[in-house]
Amino acid sequence: MSLFDKFRSGLSKTRQAVTEGFNRVAASFGVFDEDFLDELEMILIQADSGVQVATKLTDSIRERVRKEGKVDREYVLGTLKDDMLAILETKPFRPDFEHLNVVFILGVNGTGKTTTAGKLAASFQRQGIKTMLAAADTFRAAAIEQLQAWGERAGVPVISNTLRSDPASVVFDAMQSAKARGVKLLIIDTAGRLHNKPNLMSEMEKMHRVAAREGETVGAVIHNFLVLDATTGQNAVIQARAFNEVTTLDGLIITKLDGNAKGGIALAVVEDMDIPLVFAGLGEGIDDLAPFDAELFVDSLLPEA
Amino acid sequence: MAVFQGLSEKLQAITDRMRGKSRITESDLKEMMREIRLALLEADVHYQVVKDLTKEISEKSAGTEVMQSITPGQQIVKIVHDSLTEILGGSESKLAVSPKGFTVYMLYGLQGAGKTTTAAKLANYLKDQGKKPILTSVDVHRPAAADQLNILAKSIDVPCYINKEEKRAEVIAKEAMDRGRYLLADTLIVDTAGRMTIDEEMMTELKAIASAVKPDEKLLIVDAMIGQEAVNIALEFDREIGLDGFIMTKLDGDARGGAALSIRRITGKPIKLVGMGEKIDQLEVFHPERMASRILGMGDVLTLVEKASRQIDEEKAQKTLERLQKNRFTLQDMLEQLEQVRDMGSIQDMVSMLPGAGGKLKDAEVDEKEFDRLAAIIRSMTIRERENHKILNASRRRRIAAGSGTSIQDVNKLIRQYEQTQKIMKQFSGFGKKGGKRGLFSQFGL
Ligand SMILES: Nc1nc2c(ncn2[C@@H]2O[C@H](COP(=O)(O)OP(=O)(O)OP(=O)(O)O)[C@@H](O)[C@H]2O)c(=O)[nH]1
Ligand SMILES: Nc1nc2c(ncn2[C@@H]2O[C@H](COP(=O)(O)OP(=O)(O)OP(=O)(O)O)[C@@H](O)[C@H]2O)c(=O)[nH]1
Ligand SMILES: [Mg+2]
Ligand SMILES: [Mg+2]
Repeated sequence: MSLFDKFRSGLSKTRQAVTEGFNRVAASFGVFDEDFLDELEMILIQADSGVQVATKLTDSIRERVRKEGKVDREYVLGTLKDDMLAILETKPFRPDFEHLNVVFILGVNGTGKTTTAGKLAASFQRQGIKTMLAAADTFRAAAIEQLQAWGERAGVPVISNTLRSDPASVVFDAMQSAKARGVKLLIIDTAGRLHNKPNLMSEMEKMHRVAAREGETVGAVIHNFLVLDATTGQNAVIQARAFNEVTTLDGLIITKLDGNAKGGIALAVVEDMDIPLVFAGLGEGIDDLAPFDAELFVDSLLPEA
Repeated sequence: MAVFQGLSEKLQAITDRMRGKSRITESDLKEMMREIRLALLEADVHYQVVKDLTKEISEKSAGTEVMQSITPGQQIVKIVHDSLTEILGGSESKLAVSPKGFTVYMLYGLQGAGKTTTAAKLANYLKDQGKKPILTSVDVHRPAAADQLNILAKSIDVPCYINKEEKRAEVIAKEAMDRGRYLLADTLIVDTAGRMTIDEEMMTELKAIASAVKPDEKLLIVDAMIGQEAVNIALEFDREIGLDGFIMTKLDGDARGGAALSIRRITGKPIKLVGMGEKIDQLEVFHPERMASRILGMGDVLTLVEKASRQIDEEKAQKTLERLQKNRFTLQDMLEQLEQVRDMGSIQDMVSMLPGAGGKLKDAEVDEKEFDRLAAIIRSMTIRERENHKILNASRRRRIAAGSGTSIQDVNKLIRQYEQTQKIMKQFSGFGKKGGKRGLFSQFGL
């Protein structure tokens, strides 16, 4: 399946629902009045875009329709798409592999961090980048075994310690090992942590300090990626804010876009935080990760023109 | 303090603006309904449910009693709160027990929802009630899924059946039944792989598992952070394999959890238990009225108070409660709390239940390691100082610092923290103040 198809099929249900809603509305009203805009707003909200984004998008349509007097379907859809693209910000992950790059995979519980770490490692290893994984989730049962299984699949070494060991010491070991072996990409899988738990947030801070300190001598570049589950509702915005407060986030990874979820929350988070979308998780398999493509994403959120 | 600005304050603000007017107009009511709608949508309640609810609430609120009251904002909050509680509560939510003596619970849900953790918690919960549970993982898809359950089972000393050679989930499930009977267990808990309802193959697998073990309870595990899609997911699972109830996880986070309301209303199935943390004993019964408060952004204040009173002795809890209601929270109270929290272990868990308190807590730096130092500072104060911090001038602060072996800065910091805490406490007790003498707790029937 091509990447486009993956995005499409992942969000196909959404598209179907949106298209149906849109057609129904367009058919019953014919013209663009307030009821139409309300309905459109609801469709966006139902995709988890949040009230704020939905209102902003519908306001913009209202404004333009008023100014330009155009009310046809294609025009409205085109406008909506442009406005959504203006919100979404993407950034490819193309670091300078002259140096060691350290990627922290962060997020709340169960979003898909370990899986994403595994897929990422596989993808870069395959591109010939010397890659390493570090199992810094020392809390959850079998988190280490899970990452080791991914390491095996990806053909990438996994640095680990035992359950309940200090995650910062795993980071330390991994940094030493990465430096010694000339690794260019070190991916650190961290434990799921709810952002409202200060002890877990400061544990994260500590891991970062260690990585920064140990990486200094070799000019290592640290990247912080927050993994968001596409099924998540408005709490994702709070998650992004809270994680960004403790550690500056360099990018967002939206997982499970292949599922029931519409992933409209990506709009809300990027609108709120201006953090770029970097990757999309599109399944549980090793190849199911792709650079985030805003155009495809928006296309699959909107009804067919 | 925006984080504490729940629906009640917003509605009160609207009514405050109307002061002087003899009665609420249609448009005032409309504005209030808009706020309610917004609050519910922000809490991830499904939009259709929001639509229906605001209509119902609007009808109920249109009654003259509300309109003529001097605090219509509060009255409407009460109507909303009651409506939500009613929807969330209702039918019996106990777990079914098979009359045949061998009960099977099957847990299913989306990827990462918390099924495996909840399976182990449930086993622990049943074991505490004197039952003999056995666990099994039929997740043949995710790496180390069976190991995960096995490790958790070992930690609570409950048998766990796994078969890593077998790739057919329903076969493992059947084997686990046999093993359970052989071990004279009375309850089998089946942990399944995470799946999306649009994945036909996986849904077929789930049906096969269900027909192999004929569960007495088919429980959908739902992440409290889930968005609008929750309703479709619940309906799909219900349609495909049947659904007896829900367990909502990760309620120790700060998600408002509006999905609870949507799925309860749309499927008519009860929420049976809730996950309150990653640890194995953090499974609790579901409280509809607390969930209602939480969805409305009033914080999980009741859980907080109950949690505290479970560990703090009753009398002191009562005293704190009274003081909260009277809007008095002295340094002496703070000291007592510090001392109690010292053995309680997780003030963080407690305070984090307040909406938006994560950030607040960080600001306040309530660090468990610091407790002893904080307590020492208060102990170096006179009783009068403890009762009224306003008299703490520079020379008193110097004396206290010397007496507790800390610095002036430490003392200043403590006082700042105290003032912050006091402010938070005021927010608790302040709610409902305008509605007469009734404090937050009495409002909720406490
Ligand atoms: N369908 C789908 N499933 C995914 C995707 N990414 C992860 N998953 C699944 O989601 C579940 C949780 O993934 P993990 O990688 O264990 O999540 P995590 O964030 O590491 O979880 P914790 O470490 O426990 O916080 C697993 O069942 C994964 O297979 C995705 O893009 N699509
Ligand atoms: N904070 C918190 N974390 C929880 C709770 N329940 C589960 N978790 C965490 O959520 C993550 C996912 O939990 P699992 O039990 O592995 O989820 P699952 O549904 O079995 O995941 P898959 O089998 O991969 O689909 C883990 O990090 C758990 O520790 C809860 O009530 N509170
Ligand atoms: Mg993980
Ligand atoms: Mg599991």
